[in-house]
Amino acid sequence: MTVAVVAREELPIRSEEDLVRVRRLARALAQRGGFDAFASAALMTAASEMARNTWQHGGGGLAAIEEVRDGRRAGVRMTFADRGPGIPDLERVLRGGYSTASSLGLGMSGTRRLVDEFAIDTRPGEGTTIVVTKWTRR
Amino acid sequence: MTAIPILRLGNVLLAAVHVDLDDSVAERFQEDLLGRIEKTGAHGLLIDISGLDVVDTYVARVLADTGKMARLMGARTVLVGMRPEVAATLVRMGFGVEGIETALDADEGLAILTGASAR
Repeated sequence: MTVAVVAREELPIRSEEDLVRVRRLARALAQRGGFDAFASAALMTAASEMARNTWQHGGGGLAAIEEVRDGRRAGVRMTFADRGPGIPDLERVLRGGYSTASSLGLGMSGTRRLVDEFAIDTRPGEGTTIVVTKWTRR
Repeated sequence: MTAIPILRLGNVLLAAVHVDLDDSVAERFQEDLLGRIEKTGAHGLLIDISGLDVVDTYVARVLADTGKMARLMGARTVLVGMRPEVAATLVRMGFGVEGIETALDADEGLAILTGASAR
């Protein structure tokens, strides 16, 4: 099923306040997409965790938040990209690993459980891109 | 700067969080609470989070840590009013809730704390 992008908004992640902005945008799109309270909380939390990851571990970056449709359902797709150091021990991080003080482990492994699709591309010294999608339940 | 008001009721400090917590607000809130415990000699801390529709692992950790710190100082913390979708999200993420005392609402939390502070 092809995914159509209905709307797209980009937000830079350069400060703590930007994390709140990303969360607000995710909330607005969840409401527009008809997400229930549970799906909406999951989406906002995922947005918050990933934005924090981009800011703290990636040294800032860009969030692209899209309203998507696949013909049957509405969804929200969020892409977080940074040009930071990359995540050296990705396997352990995705397992929930030993979460560091800044909670990279739990944030990442937890986010994976909150969304329907999770993809990550991380390269040492080049950066990290994470794409997550959450669909409405039908 | 958004400060979260902290009220005193007898031996208990009450704080209701309604603002969308960003990291520095959460940290300042923690410091404010601990400072008020020291100043007032309160035995109990009641934190109402019914106004929050999102609690990520960072904020959850700050809240849990606040409870631990308060305990070290000699005060007991009860977290009240967590919304169902917030509870579901934290558990699904694997966030451990051990060591955090909770109650359904402020009434119940206050009953726990006033019972505890009548030592």
